[in-house]
Amino acid sequence: MKLLTLNFLTCAIKTCKTSPSSFPLHPRDAELEILETDINLPFLKNILPRLMWDELRTITSELGLPELPPAAPTREDLVEPGAQAAEGEEVEEQPSQTAKDLHRVLLETTVKEGKLACGNCGHEYKVMEGVPNFLLPGHLV
Amino acid sequence: MLPTPSTSHVCFDRVYEPAEDSFLLLDTLSSSSEVAFLQERFSKAQSTPPLILEVGVGSGVVLAFAAVNGNRIFGRQDVLTIGTDINSFACKAAAQTIRTAIVEHGHGASISLDVINGDLASCLRPHSVDVFIFNPPYVPAELPDFARHESYNSLPEGQKKTTFEQDSYLLELSYAGGEDGMVVTDRMLEQIPEILSDDRGVAYVLLCAQNKPEQVKERIRQWYPGWMAEAVGSSGKQAGWEKLQIIRIWKEQA
Ligand SMILES: C[S@@+](CC[C@H](N)C(=O)[O-])C[C@H]1O[C@@H](n2cnc3c(N)ncnc32)[C@H](O)[C@@H]1O
Ligand SMILES: [Zn+2]
Repeated sequence: MKLLTLNFLTCAIKTCKTSPSSFPLHPRDAELEILETDINLPFLKNILPRLMWDELRTITSELGLPELPPAAPTREDLVEPGAQAAEGEEVEEQPSQTAKDLHRVLLETTVKEGKLACGNCGHEYKVMEGVPNFLLPGHLV
Repeated sequence: MLPTPSTSHVCFDRVYEPAEDSFLLLDTLSSSSEVAFLQERFSKAQSTPPLILEVGVGSGVVLAFAAVNGNRIFGRQDVLTIGTDINSFACKAAAQTIRTAIVEHGHGASISLDVINGDLASCLRPHSVDVFIFNPPYVPAELPDFARHESYNSLPEGQKKTTFEQDSYLLELSYAGGEDGMVVTDRMLEQIPEILSDDRGVAYVLLCAQNKPEQVKERIRQWYPGWMAEAVGSSGKQAGWEKLQIIRIWKEQA
């Protein structure tokens, strides 16, 4: 499970959804795996407004990953400066180190095994072979 | 015709095999009228990537199709896809289908998040979904006994193979919809206003004739002023009982 997925998930228990502490879910006993994928710079630039940055910082620090900067990067931060286009010439933008780091955190760092805990009710959802399991006994009646 | 993602690695003894309903979804999403509607909504430059959620991914054929054709359907190279299924074997199969499709046809363009083993959209953050897709278990047939779910949702302890009863149960989950075939769909419809994004959310849900589609659409229009429901694709032209339609559900902007 990619860390970016956690940006969109919350506790499956209905009464938790209105509580701010049900987001983000907290990884526990996580075994991480890096799965490399191609970087998509337009995606990284466009996703910025959708990232819950403070919560993402919480998750990465709970996982013991390198600390993220206090503020989210800007679109400009993600583009490598330098490659100046000559008059009338289109130069393909290159990802900066910031973009590469963000790509690594959001899309290449995955939870292979572990649990995701709700900060409100304490329920722990298991992640097995990379697949999170959000089924609750109560769902299935 | 856009290419249909390969599902040749999927074991259809316990995961729903793509059928007429699946293909109707693919055709509807890529029809010129839906493409026009979706591009108008989603292709604005520098807008945030739309999150596409499919509930009940099964083999993953529909979500993989949406992922690799992000450019043709949504007019952008950065759509995000996420899926759920109640059947853990389907989750793994679908993840594989999507990975393969992106390698073969996707040119690294769309971003696929994960396929989650869960009930409907219960684990999604409210108002986070821009495009919702559901081909539900819609056949009027008794729902399977969920008391067995936990034991049937993974390989039997110490075994490498599923049992026959387990496979039957998992396939029942994929088609049996209870009374009028609407028990699971009705539960999902109830969640739709909560999960769709306020400004641009849109849902596609498949119904069969026995689901009483006219009544379903009428009920949705009563949710709240502004909610719309229209059939945007259909198959099985005769008034046969398997006639299928796709309804689009969205909120008219004030
Ligand atoms: C008709 S099949 C559709 C499969 C695939 N989307 C397709 O179009 O070929 C319905 C799927 O919904 C899944 N399903 C049934 N009940 C569900 C629930 N409560 N939550 C999530 N998925 C469910 C089934 O396991 C099955 O994969
Ligand atoms: Zn909770």
